Formats: sequence, structure tokens, C-alpha cells
Amino acid sequence: MVKLDIDFNGLKLKNPILTASGTFGYGTEFSDFVDLNRLGGFIVKGTTLNPREGNLYPRMAETPSGMLNAVGLQNKGVGVFCEEIYPRIKDTNSNILVNVSGSTIKEYVATAEKINELENIPAIELNISCPNVKEGGMAFGTSCASAEEVVKEVRKVYKKHLMVKLSPNVTDIVSIAKAVEGEGADSLSLVNTLLGMAIDTKTRKPKLSTITGGLSGPAIKPVALRMVWQVANAVKVPVCGLGGIMNGEDAIEFLLAGASAVQVGTANFINPDASIIILEEIEKYCISNGIKDINDLVGAMEV
Amino acid sequence: MKKQAKDFIIIKNIRLNADYYMLKLQSEEALPLILPAQFAEVKIEGAKNTFLRRPISIHDVNYELNTISLLVRIAGEGTKKLEEIKSGDILNIVYPLGNSYSMPDNDKILLVGGGIGVAPLLYTAKYFMQFGFNPTLLLGYRDKYCIIRNDKFAKYGNVFYTTEDGSFGEKGNVLNHSLLKDNIKTFDKIYACGPESMLKALGKYAIKNNVECEVSLENLMACGIGACLCCVQNTNEGHKCVCTEGPVFNAKDIIW
Repeated sequence: MVKLDIDFNGLKLKNPILTASGTFGYGTEFSDFVDLNRLGGFIVKGTTLNPREGNLYPRMAETPSGMLNAVGLQNKGVGVFCEEIYPRIKDTNSNILVNVSGSTIKEYVATAEKINELENIPAIELNISCPNVKEGGMAFGTSCASAEEVVKEVRKVYKKHLMVKLSPNVTDIVSIAKAVEGEGADSLSLVNTLLGMAIDTKTRKPKLSTITGGLSGPAIKPVALRMVWQVANAVKVPVCGLGGIMNGEDAIEFLLAGASAVQVGTANFINPDASIIILEEIEKYCISNGIKDINDLVGAMEV
Repeated sequence: MKKQAKDFIIIKNIRLNADYYMLKLQSEEALPLILPAQFAEVKIEGAKNTFLRRPISIHDVNYELNTISLLVRIAGEGTKKLEEIKSGDILNIVYPLGNSYSMPDNDKILLVGGGIGVAPLLYTAKYFMQFGFNPTLLLGYRDKYCIIRNDKFAKYGNVFYTTEDGSFGEKGNVLNHSLLKDNIKTFDKIYACGPESMLKALGKYAIKNNVECEVSLENLMACGIGACLCCVQNTNEGHKCVCTEGPVFNAKDIIW
């Protein structure tokens, strides 16, 4: 029996597998394929104060070992989440996190305040790294000053576990991570998507309506892994690693680099049961390598 | 209806014309009920640059043999790679996905397909026939060499053709056919699948003539199960997912 549970700075995870925001809907989309109760947690779609229609189609382009998306935070708003969606999922025996986004600090704060009232939501993931919105999103996560400001204001109203999702589209992710930690973040998740683009050479048109979009999938894994390693070595709060995790081995790499938990994202699109398969592969890895406690793998890369 | 990810065994892979091939796959388990216009997300192994599953509409179903047929157009690297699959190989699909065409009220129904858009119409006609309806089909192709499985389609309805060069059936596209041009009002409902330009023109024409028209869309898709929100169609009620709230939409609800 491998001990898989983790105390993620107060957030009790039964195992280190979470699913990434924007790749797992509200969980219910996957309930035909995954027993949600088996997950360490799942992070529901980016939620904003007001409903958002998102960007125009086309919003997706496949790239070698990855995909670009430009969804643009389409969601029904925090009100609909609290009244209609939350009651349907609240009794899941897993950690439900809400990814919170906004165009202004006021919007972030107002959304976080509403989520704070929901008893069965133990944490939010503050999204200061969405590359697909004109205002807000990534703009907050690419300078220390603005990242500090939004985290500081949300921290005032949000009393539970505050995870902050960082953007890889920065020169020095460590300085942003430290700034966010300094304002009271309970944990960090990284990385959000990498800004990229693709052009149709026949039509000479961009493949995304927004021209640029966020790259995810195995194509970004080495970059994500490097950033997780850098950040985990520099902060005291736990790190949740994500970026191109497709199998158990990928997840183990992130743990070895210093992540205490991981998020499965784009892999959910290829195999809707990817999160559970990855969980089982991690367990097998532990058994065959004589690891009794998953915590022993965290940051255990040997240089 | 429960969606599932299942391994099927390939029992047939045949080239139908320059661009299309058909895969017949068999499950070891009983098939769930599949509705007309539903589709499968097909996993393609071994392609160098593709990554996501490919959404392919379900062309035919045999519940006794637990087989499904998929009609595939070679559109790029993924569908090209998929054609290399051989009898006996395993193909993993997520299915059945999407909503479906609505049930007809009477026999005054016309199924219109353009190019690879004919794919879901075989099973649609068969399904409707099982419920006692006699569909009329209008299938549009580039030329006579493109026409596929005409004997099969003929089993499930009265079939008419157009080709762009006039080499078979009436000349032109489906909208030029006398069935639509002169006699659209003899139908109560049109079910269509094909290129966006065809669906748009047909939808508008049907609305103008007060004929119900349901179109099945094929937007670019990632997950197929309503999670990624990539395949959205703009409608009178905002962005809707083609994979879960479609692929079938009433033409009057779509903002083209």
C-alpha cells in the first residue's frame, strides 16, 4: 500500500492528481469516464464575475504534440456557478477548486468573495495568467507589481486556500512567484499556456480568430518542468505542476522537480480517463520502486 | 446516454474513391443506442504531428454484429495515417457523442448531403425507415467518380444526385436540383450535412420557404465532450458547443 495523500499547505489531497481548469469542464462532463471521487481534486473552468461569451471561432489549432487555444474564458459567470452548477457537484468526495479570473481587480475580488461563501469549495485557483483575454488575465501575472496587487486584494476577502496560477510568458518566473507568495498565496500552480500562434499557409490567415493563443500539451512539458523546478526551489509554499502531463512518468518528473501535486490538462481531451490512468501509473511506479510515501518523491531529483 | 471510450477491432478498411475510405469496426460488447448524426472521436496512433482525436460521424450501425462504419475523408496527416490501419488492429473511439436529428413527423422529409456530409445520412435514413418513414435523399458530389455506396443509400430511400460537372444526376450543387429549386415546399423538414457554405445557403433557402431545416455541423473540435469549448457555433442563444449541444442545430438558430 502506497501512501498517496498529501497535505498541500492545509488542503488535504487524497492523491497528487488534480485536473486542470478549462480541460475538465465542471467535472460532470467526465463522469461517464472518471470516478470523480478518486481524484485528489478537480479545478473547474475559469469563472468570472459576469458571463462571458469568449472569443470567436476558430479557437483551436492543433500543433505538433500540442494545441493552441483561444477560448477566452467563456463561462456563465459566478452567479450561475453558485446557483446552478455548485449544487450539482458539491457532494463529490474530492476537492473542488474554482479557477477565478477577471478583467479588473474588483472583478477578481468580487468573484473570490462569492466563492468564499461556498462551503464545499476549499480553495480557489487565482488565474492571473490567461493569455486569451484582451483585459486582465495574463496582464496581471506578467509583472511583479500587478501580480502582488491582485493577490493582496483577493487575500483580504478570500479566507480559504488561495492557489495562484502563474504564467510562463515572463522573463523571470521566480520573481513573480516570490512576489505572489509574499502577498499570502497558500500555493502556486504553474504553468498556464505558452503564448503561441499558427498560420494557414493556403489562406494566409491565422488559425485562431485572436491570432495568438495558448499552447498546451506535451510540446510545453520541458519548459513547464524547468519552471516548476526553479520556483519550487525558491518558495516555501507548495507548488502544483502542470504542462503537458500525459502519463504517470510525466507526473513523476514534476514531483521530482519539486511539485507536491500535479494537474492533468490537455491529456483529458485525448483520453477522458487520463487522470485516473495517470494516478494508477504513479501508484505502480511507487510500488515497483519501493516508495512507500508519495511525499518522498517531492523534490527528490538527484543532481 | 452514457458515453464510452472503447477499443474496437477493425474488420474492414476499404478505399471508396480518391479521397474517401470506410472503416468497419467491431466491438466485443453490445453497442449502445446510437442516434442519427451522432459521432465518434477516433484516436489515431503513430501520426508524427497530430495529437488530438478526430471527430468522425457514424455512417452505419449493425446492432446484431456490434459493428459501426465510419466514412472518412482524407483531410490531413491524421486521416491519412488512420487509413493505414489493418483488419485485426485495434481502434479506440469515444462514442456516441452529440445530439441527433429530430424524429420526422411524416414522410415529407428530405435528407441533403454534400461531399463527405453524406456520411451520417445513411444511418439517418435507415433509422428513420425503422420507424416507418420513407425518406427522400439528395446527395451532391463533385463528379460521378466521387459517388460512393449508391446501392446502399438506395436501400433506405428515394435517392437523387447532383454533380458539379453534370456527369451524374442533375448538374450543379444540391441547391440547383429541381427537388429544392422547384419543389422545396413539398417537404416539411430537411436534414442536412455538408460544407458550411452549402448548409448556410440551404438553411437560408429553407427558412425563406418556411421549411424546417436541421443542419449537422463539423466545427474543429478537441475534446468532443463539452469540456474544451473550442468547437463553438454562434447561435441566437450565444456560443454553443457543436460536440454536445450539436452537431445538429435548427438552421434558424444559427448566426452564420
